[in-house]
Parts: sequence; C-alpha cells; structure tokens
Amino acid sequence: MNKRKLLAGPYLAIVLCGTIIPLLAILYYGFTDRAGQFTLANITAVTEPENAKALGLSLLLALICTVICLLLAYPIGLLLRRTKGEKKGLIIFVLILPMWMNFLLRTMAWKALLANTGVINAILEAVGLPGINIINTPAAVVLGMVYDFLPFMILPIYNVMIKIDNSLIEAAQDLGSNGFQVLTRIILPLSVPGIISGVTMVFVPAMTTFAISNILGGGKIYLIGNIIEQDFLMGLRQTGSGLSLVIMVFILISMALINKFDKNGEGSML
Amino acid sequence: MKKFFRVLYIGLIFTFLYIPILTLIVLSFNDTKTMGVWKGFTWDWYLEIFTNAQIIEAFWNTLIIALVSAVVATVVGVAACVGIQALRHRTQQLVLQVTNIPLLNAEIVTAISLMLAFGLFGISLSMGTVLFSHITFCLPYVILNVLPKLRQSGMHIYEAALDLGASPVRAFFSVVLPDIMPGVTSGFLMAFTMSVDDFVVTYFTRGAGINTLSTLIYSQVKVGIRPSIYALSTIIFVIVLIVLIVANVLPDITAARKKGENS
Repeated sequence: MNKRKLLAGPYLAIVLCGTIIPLLAILYYGFTDRAGQFTLANITAVTEPENAKALGLSLLLALICTVICLLLAYPIGLLLRRTKGEKKGLIIFVLILPMWMNFLLRTMAWKALLANTGVINAILEAVGLPGINIINTPAAVVLGMVYDFLPFMILPIYNVMIKIDNSLIEAAQDLGSNGFQVLTRIILPLSVPGIISGVTMVFVPAMTTFAISNILGGGKIYLIGNIIEQDFLMGLRQTGSGLSLVIMVFILISMALINKFDKNGEGSML
Repeated sequence: MKKFFRVLYIGLIFTFLYIPILTLIVLSFNDTKTMGVWKGFTWDWYLEIFTNAQIIEAFWNTLIIALVSAVVATVVGVAACVGIQALRHRTQQLVLQVTNIPLLNAEIVTAISLMLAFGLFGISLSMGTVLFSHITFCLPYVILNVLPKLRQSGMHIYEAALDLGASPVRAFFSVVLPDIMPGVTSGFLMAFTMSVDDFVVTYFTRGAGINTLSTLIYSQVKVGIRPSIYALSTIIFVIVLIVLIVANVLPDITAARKKGENS
C-alpha cells in the first residue's frame, strides 16, 4: 500500500515547483525593493491615482459583465432544463464549439463588427437607424468580456438545472404553487451552487483580463491587468508583483464572500 | 407563443455566440488586409498558410506544446490520482486544495508567478518553460476528471484482481484503467483544449522568438492581423466541427433511429 503513495510523487513535485514556489516568488518580489530590502511600497502603489483608477474600473466592468452574463445565462438554463438527454450533448457542443476559434481572434472580430465604419453600423444605417459608437469605450470592453465568458456562466447553471428533480416541481404545483413560486422557491434555491460557480468563473477572468481591454479599448482603457502587463514589459517586477498580490486579495475576498453566500443559500434550502 | 419566445431567445444567444465566428470565416476570403471592408472573394489567404513560415511555426508550436503537455499531464495526473487515494484523508484534502489553485487563480497571476520563479532560479525562458507551465495548469483538469471515476470504481475490483493473482501493474492496466477510461479521455481532451486556447501563460513564460498562434495573433493586434491566420483558424474550426459532429451527433442520431425502429 505504501508504494502506491509514491505514484503521487511526480505530481507533488510539479505542484511544488509550478504552483507553490511561484506563488512564494510573487510574495518575495511584492514585498521587496530592487535592492532586495523589505518594503510595502509595491503594495501601496495601488493607491496611486492611475493604479487605483484602473483597479476601480476593473472591478466595475467585471461586476457589470458578471451581472449581464447571469441575466443572459439563467433563462437559458431554465429553457434548457427540460431538454432530453439526447439533446444535451448537442447543446454543450454548440456552446463549446466557439472556443475552438482562438479567443483573441473572436475578440478581434468584435472590433471589426463594432467599428464606426463596421458591419453593425452599416446594417443599422441601411435600415435607417442611428449608428453606435462604442468601439474603444468601456461598453465595448464589457461586450467582449460577456462574449468571451458567457459559456462559463451557462455551463454550470445548465449542469445544476438538469439535475433538479422534476417531481419536486410537480409536488410544488400539486400543492398550489404558481409558476413564479416554483421558480423562486424551488428552482432558484436549488441552482445556487451553479450560479456561484458561474459567478466566480466569470468574475475572476473578467477582472484580470488585459487582452480584451487592449483590443476593444483601443489601448485607451487601462484595467489592472493592463497595468500589470505594462509593469512586466518595462521590467518593473516588484511593482507588478505588488499589484498582483492586491488583485489576489480581491480574488480571495470574492471567493470568501461567495462561500459565505453559498452556505446561506444552502441553509435557506432546508 | 411561449415556445416561440423560447426558440427566439435561444436563437438570439446562439447568434451572439456565432456572429464573430462567421465574421472571421468571411474575412478569411476577403481580398484585402483591412478588416472592415469587403473587397471581393479570394483563396489567396488559404494558399499563403503554406508559405508563411511564421504561421507554420506558430501552428506547430501550438500543436506540439498542447500534445506534449496534455500527454504528460495525463500520465502524471492518473498516477497521482492512484497515489492520492492511498494518502490519509487529511493529506488528501490538502493536496486537492492545492490542486484547485491554478483553476481558481487569475491566469495573469499564474503566468507571472511562474515567470518570476523561473527568473529566481536562473532558468532562462524557453520552449521548456512554456511546456512546464502548460503541464502545471493542465494537471488539475486531468485530476478533477479522473479522481471521481477512480473513487466510483472503488478499490474492490483492483483488490479482487490482486487476489486472483494479477500483479499490481497488471491489475491496474487491465482492470482499473479500462474502468476509469472515460475520465482519463475527458481529462486529456480538456487539458489539450486549455493548452491550445492559452494565451496569457504562454505570453509570459515563452523565450524570445517562440510564438504560438495566440501570441502571434496578439503581436499583430496593433499592426493588423494577417488574414491567413483567419484562414488557418477557419480550417481548424471546420476540422473540429467535423470531429465533434462525428463524435457527438452521429451516436445520438443512430440511437434515436434505433429507438424509432424498436417502437
């Protein structure tokens, strides 16, 4: 039996070298200056106006993106809840297929679609509607985020929805619940785990992206990810690490909040 | 009426998901490098794929990195799952929590942490550092797919095989492995997909001059993307589409037909 434990050895070595030591490396750089002396300057750098603004904008856009994804994905989960097993594969297939086109290219495609002289404006003009000028604005960045991360919200919600036992819903209906009560008292509480996993899977990448804001913001919109990317491109390892530690704190806070919310959600289910 | 809105809503969402893909396919046939305008139909970009050394190299890099890291992650991951099961419960929980870190962490943090660690130990960035980084972030997908299957299959059949005189290695390969194969396959495919689609980790851990398709595309964002990349992506997309149709939809259809015949 003891020999079997050894099989985990290579994996544990990779985890040590690929996950734990690198995180310690960020901690080291985040808390030292160029001479290797301890400092908090890299962490407090987040209060500099430019960085604070970028962090605030990242949190705001990630929040908007998460809410929109949830509002779009939840009805899909509801609508697909009744699909039969045979169709399940097809739906997941349709959702995952776009991911096989490189996400940077798909984001570039939105740039072409949204451009002031782009396809969408040409269509709007043709039917006599006013054009939209959202390229290189935060709105375009949010659209790109929603587009790229929507499947990450749909899949977990769909996965909990299809597991909801139909007899529970029939029982509620037999006991006189109307459609709205079935939704708010049965389906919604039971789908909380899916919602939570969807929210984390959308919020974290949206908050930390730098490619989407770079492409659809035309280099004018600075999110915290852009600042960190710039820092590393300019060789400012210490500041970049300090800011990374700050966003890690935000990731941990959001996870903790979500965990708490999850417990409450499960508590109210009983 | 209700059904009409249902179909309309799902239709709108799917349109939203597929409009950019349609755009890229159209652009791959567009006789100009400018993105916004249609200048007539051409096959030129498809022909250019075979002569553009940069694109060919990026394509092979992407494929080789994904294949090697998915294979290594699968072998190491499956072995790890067997080993993890032999650990005490507490240690198991701890290992699984650490396994989750790359999944929950922001990609940019994973990427720069690896880059900094390589720097700290004087390892210069190269193809090797990209491979190691990809293996690191691919492993959780293998483990999370394989471990539940291994737990389901239980150790009883393994022990039964041992009682019947099989060596541990033989018992694993001829009894346990076939049982957990679906988990191994989906773990491998997820690892492969994640590696192909990765941009951020490759971007920060690659050595000078090494490009995958993702980093090549990113380097062209400002100067304008070579339409032959759209052409190559269209080909990849169509191949994946065909493979997935064969793998997913055909069994469904034949199953449905059989059902129809039986009833």
